[in-house]
Amino acid sequence: MSLHASTHRRSGLWLAALVHRLSGLALACFLPLHFLALGLAIDGEARLDGFLKWTANPAVKLAETILIFLLAVHMLGGIRVLVLETLPWRDGQKAFAVAALAAALVAAIAFLAIAA
Amino acid sequence: MNVRLYILQRATAAIVAPLVLAHLAVIYYATSRGLSASEILGRTRGSLGWGAFYVLFVLAAATHGAIGVRAIALEWGGLRGRRLDALMWAFGLLLALLGLRAVAAVVLS
Repeated sequence: MSLHASTHRRSGLWLAALVHRLSGLALACFLPLHFLALGLAIDGEARLDGFLKWTANPAVKLAETILIFLLAVHMLGGIRVLVLETLPWRDGQKAFAVAALAAALVAAIAFLAIAA
Repeated sequence: MNVRLYILQRATAAIVAPLVLAHLAVIYYATSRGLSASEILGRTRGSLGWGAFYVLFVLAAATHGAIGVRAIALEWGGLRGRRLDALMWAFGLLLALLGLRAVAAVVLS
């Protein structure tokens, strides 16, 4: 690993980019399963209801909470990137990235509080 | 990533972001009422508005996701050329088809 690489990987914004990429990859893996689950309604309301009852177990609720976090952090991180690329430069990018992370955590905890 | 894909990636991000906000609001609302098939289908069945919302959401997310997967496959997976574009198209079409099938299931069934 070059000195340049090891230095920039300690940057908070490099971590923000990594979180954005990994959350996007996780959401890309989840989306087909989400669509297949909703597609159960083709076989009738009872089939979808049976699946939704299964999702009431705590392990699934925890997984859903993580998904809410991933969705929120990807959206908020993406908005930061869009603003960064399209509007004049503003200082405090690390603070924006941390705020996005914190807001996503709050969104996930709020979901868990509602779902539990 | 070429310029066309770059612009498409950003344009679909701008479309998807407010839709995600609305989707999160629906998730919180539906979960607070106790998630059930009757609650979901009661809202979506026969609804032109929800149908249009989800069709736009699926198509924008499928495009955004496919270009994102292409970027990861290029930078982390080392894929190049036709294989790379084939992966992007295959993943995008898979997402679009499964997504539109899901929309049909909750709106038309």
